[in-house]
Amino acid sequence: MNVDRIISWGLRLYILAALLFIFAPIVASFVFSFNSDRFPSLPLGHFTTEWYEVTFSDPLVLQGFRNSLLVGVIASLVATTLGFGAAYVDYRFRFPGKNLYLALALLPPTIPVIILGLAMLAYLSRVSLSGSVWSVILAHVVMCAPFAMAIIRLRLSQMDPSLEAAAWNLGANEWTALRTVILPFTRPAILAALFITMAVSFDEFAVAWFVAGLQETLPVRVLGFLQGQVSPRINAVGTVVFIATITLVVAAQLLLMRRAAQSAPATSDK
Amino acid sequence: MLLWQLVFFAFPLLFLIALSFWQVRNFRLEPALQLGNWSYVLGSESFWIAYGRSWLYSASATVVASCLAFPCAYGIAFKLGRNAQRFAIFLLVIPFFTSYLVRVYSWQIFLTDAGIINALLEQVGVGTVPMINTFFGTLIGYLTLTLPLVILLQFFSLVFVDRSLVEAAHNLQCGRMRTVFEVVIPSARIGLVIAALFCFILTFGDFVSPLYLGGGAEATLPILITDTTKSGQQWPRAATIALTMIATLLAVAFAAIAFAYRTRGK
Repeated sequence: MNVDRIISWGLRLYILAALLFIFAPIVASFVFSFNSDRFPSLPLGHFTTEWYEVTFSDPLVLQGFRNSLLVGVIASLVATTLGFGAAYVDYRFRFPGKNLYLALALLPPTIPVIILGLAMLAYLSRVSLSGSVWSVILAHVVMCAPFAMAIIRLRLSQMDPSLEAAAWNLGANEWTALRTVILPFTRPAILAALFITMAVSFDEFAVAWFVAGLQETLPVRVLGFLQGQVSPRINAVGTVVFIATITLVVAAQLLLMRRAAQSAPATSDK
Repeated sequence: MLLWQLVFFAFPLLFLIALSFWQVRNFRLEPALQLGNWSYVLGSESFWIAYGRSWLYSASATVVASCLAFPCAYGIAFKLGRNAQRFAIFLLVIPFFTSYLVRVYSWQIFLTDAGIINALLEQVGVGTVPMINTFFGTLIGYLTLTLPLVILLQFFSLVFVDRSLVEAAHNLQCGRMRTVFEVVIPSARIGLVIAALFCFILTFGDFVSPLYLGGGAEATLPILITDTTKSGQQWPRAATIALTMIATLLAVAFAAIAFAYRTRGK
């Protein structure tokens, strides 16, 4: 049995090592964003917020930040609406070609972003939509909608299909039933989808880089920094973006957990 | 949603096919039906070198990531308590919401010749080991991108392995390693293959790691695409490269799925 213990601890150490590998760059970026040396190395210089000041007085960064915010908000709203519609159609109706429909709806995340970016760029410039914030929004909706749909679909699959029918029997028309039965039931999932898609859009750089033209979003600006010389500004931007996205994700997580807590007593009633 | 995805997802990809037959004249795109791009790209030696290199890089990244991830996923699935398990999963999800770019930049801090790791090695007396601008650097970047995902996917397939099978194997005096290789891995095969497949797809399409950690001197297909697109107006050629990538990925995906779902012969 002793060997079992050793193996068990060995694996735990291994897991720890893997997590260390995964989190090393995240932590390092955080630490060095407050470090005074221009060329990051050990030992650390002194604590400073200089890089944050430099970064956020850069008009390009500010513009990128505004664009990212705009894109994130609009893309997540549209993507979640579309995702809800798609998930609801999938939940309510059976129709020929449904598998194709699902494939089309869930496929985009598997296409390499660089190919998607190129295709978007070529296509959107053909219909004269490229090089603006709107083209980024369009592209991000395409990329985000599948996530929204997957999340909302999961929630709908937990719903008793007879609930909606019961509402119709009680005299609700289709629209009222949708509004008063389906929407409240899926609300946590909808909110979660909003946050998740916003986080996805906020971090996406490849497609945005292709289609944005001069309207850079924040990650595209980071890519620009990366092409230039070494600068701790990347760390500063990264830390800010990290905190923003992680707040969104934790909010989504909390919503989903509250949902679980709410539906738990409901199912135990039966 | 259907309409939207049709218009802004399917159409662009189909348009890519059309684009690969177009031509560039006087720096302007012109619709045409000619095979010039195909013969140019497929006839160019640098394309095939990049193609082979992409294969090599992605395949080795897939093997390395799968092998490194497996003990981790196995440990999380079988050795951790419920709460620790949930916490580990939570930690593994976090990287998806951090900027990949920033993480790659951060690795530069570690790996450059004057970076943290080399500074430590210096103190130990090993001397400077070049790490950035080598394949090792690229590999680190690839792992940054894929390792959390591979671990998660492997974990989800391992969790659903029937525990009674494992116990049965133990009761039949099957050794520990043998149980892992002959009971656990075969029953989780589908998930393991899917994880590897995702790793391959992601690394095949990634241009950041080979460019910023691998130095970019040795082009892979994605680098070729960005170069062709961003410098000059050679979009049709870039489209051609992209289409060969898609064809390759589809072939790999079908092969992998066929392998995963193959009924166990013999």
